[in-house]
Amino acid sequence: MTAPASSTKVRGETILSVDNLVKHFPISQGVLFKRQIGAVKAVDGVSFELRRGETLGVVGESGCGKSTLARLLMRLETPTSGGATLEGKDLFKSSGGELRRLRRNMQMVMQDPYTSLNPRMTVGDIIGEPFEIHPDAAPKGSKRKRVQELLDVVGLNPEHINRYPHQFSGGQRQRIGIARALALRPEVIVCDEPVSALDVSIQAQVINLLEQLQDEFGLSYIFIAHDLSVVRHIADRVAVMYLGRIVEIGTEDEIYERATHPYTQALLSAVPVPDPEARTDRNIIRLTGDVPSPADPPSGCRFRTRCWKAQEICAVEDPQTVPRAADPHPSACHFAELRPTAAA
Amino acid sequence: MTDSIVQPTPASATPEGGHLLEVRDLHVEFRTGEGVAKVINGVSYHLDAGETLAVLGESGSGKSVTAQAIMGILDTPPAHIRSGQILYQGRDLLTQSEEQRRQVRGKEIAIIFQDALSALNPVFPVGWQIGETLRQREGMSRGDARRRAIELMDLVKIPAAARRIGDYPHQFSGGMRQRVMIAMALALNPKVLIADEPTTALDVTVQAQIMDLLADLRRDLGMAMILITHDLGVVAGVADRIAVMYAGRIVEHADVRSLYRAPAHPYTKGLLESIPRLDVRGQELSTIKGLPPNLMRIPSGCPFHPRCPYVQQVCVDAVPHDLVLGDGRTSACHFAQEVRDDSAR
Repeated sequence: MTAPASSTKVRGETILSVDNLVKHFPISQGVLFKRQIGAVKAVDGVSFELRRGETLGVVGESGCGKSTLARLLMRLETPTSGGATLEGKDLFKSSGGELRRLRRNMQMVMQDPYTSLNPRMTVGDIIGEPFEIHPDAAPKGSKRKRVQELLDVVGLNPEHINRYPHQFSGGQRQRIGIARALALRPEVIVCDEPVSALDVSIQAQVINLLEQLQDEFGLSYIFIAHDLSVVRHIADRVAVMYLGRIVEIGTEDEIYERATHPYTQALLSAVPVPDPEARTDRNIIRLTGDVPSPADPPSGCRFRTRCWKAQEICAVEDPQTVPRAADPHPSACHFAELRPTAAA
Repeated sequence: MTDSIVQPTPASATPEGGHLLEVRDLHVEFRTGEGVAKVINGVSYHLDAGETLAVLGESGSGKSVTAQAIMGILDTPPAHIRSGQILYQGRDLLTQSEEQRRQVRGKEIAIIFQDALSALNPVFPVGWQIGETLRQREGMSRGDARRRAIELMDLVKIPAAARRIGDYPHQFSGGMRQRVMIAMALALNPKVLIADEPTTALDVTVQAQIMDLLADLRRDLGMAMILITHDLGVVAGVADRIAVMYAGRIVEHADVRSLYRAPAHPYTKGLLESIPRLDVRGQELSTIKGLPPNLMRIPSGCPFHPRCPYVQQVCVDAVPHDLVLGDGRTSACHFAQEVRDDSAR
């Protein structure tokens, strides 16, 4: 239908477009005659666009649906409804050869470098496995050489190609996971909490590697993390998720300096800043209570049960993620406004 | 010798003479099939009444093992305490009998762990678990223990405590489970609370709630606290003093403000420069090269030397002693003065 994307690669054009994506996991009851008694609304109407060469950070607390979103995009889960296109091709309608080609263009880096690598395969086999599924990606006989190149690219010793995962440290294993994701030269990489399991001194190494690879290969990242400081560092744009929805989305600056959604503001104010001098003059918003269950989200605005601005309308009308008067980036709050005193 | 100069903190006046809790030159090794891992190599620190000491370090630095040695809950074997003293109110816990240590554990020094879900027993209601200590140790009746458990749950701000006392751990959220853990630790009114990564498994908004709670409790109950963490942000918010650990040693020890303003050990300096900060835009992340050492083969001289930008021949040859800096801080670096001056710039 369309010409190969390689002929028209413009930085900044939309490469991945997600439209109203929904994933409900059924809750069933009964042993013999199972019937559905409800659903966990893990992802409940998420739309965004990813542009070529940019990093979209996705932040939120546990249970907000950010990892389910990643699994949906990788087609590890089938969405309940909604759609997504990668370079104009429908991600969920394609199958067979077309799906394989699509998948080649979008790869994933997992959170846990200890369980995401097969302990019985050598590093060479792990990184080379994608070439067995896509033989055309590496001409016959060049596989080993390609794997060694990849090891070199991610800063590992190419001579270690015959070692096993347990012979590497956590940070090195994450580099192996990154090399595997790079093997097929994808344009989009979904990183699901890629540095959360790593020690502080190793985190920075992996973050810098991801940034350097992005510049080198023109990659687009979806960078999922719960650490807002890390996301600020790496992301160009940021989406904030709460109970299966994106409640606010904007450029790094719009989210971190001019957030208009109360949840984003509370989230930002709760991040501990490594500066004892700053602790007194920071104005911290204390949220009470816990995140409600995604099986039974509150009516109207999902954040209203923890929100200090909640009014009657919040229980009745579900606020849309649209540009608000306070600041022109999309925010899902009826009372969207800037914080009077900038906290950070 | 390590520093015995105490930083006067606004929260506490240091009593003349001994400290409330003092670890002296502790050495612990783990004897495994593959060899001997030297996990703690001469750790010394102290804690005075009412203050908060943060012990900061990455995985494998020995911060939790030190705490477990204080509590007397190290698995021996494989762990083996080679030498050292742990003085609580002047008495060496390491020479005491198990029965004597049992009197200290929980009643004088209590601990909360990182993972509340695996630290709680899944088959008993939380109220029963909080009350267990009271029945066993104080000989309370079931009814009294139950009433006291409700009080404790109120104290840690678990809503509707009386109604939730019969609930099981899985019915609580992560933050609430951590509160249950704290309630259990407080049951016998300890004077020292060791919090081992209390918020690592929690979300950021819940983390803020728990850190607030710990700070309030510490102040209201007049406890001293040892906060074990890897998070430089959390430390900055609550601690009076910090001890930074690397490869089973304390490499730097200072009051919080001076340490953040001008770290005097290259490892601390590297850590502070390698964390992305929420309040800084377009930051350049510098990294600490290399990897933490294998504890079975700790590098010669200064254990940090293979990763250190300040490395000289002396660092390979000689183990640096704690250098006492002018303002009552110590740093185990041959070039501590230089590093601090660089950081202050």
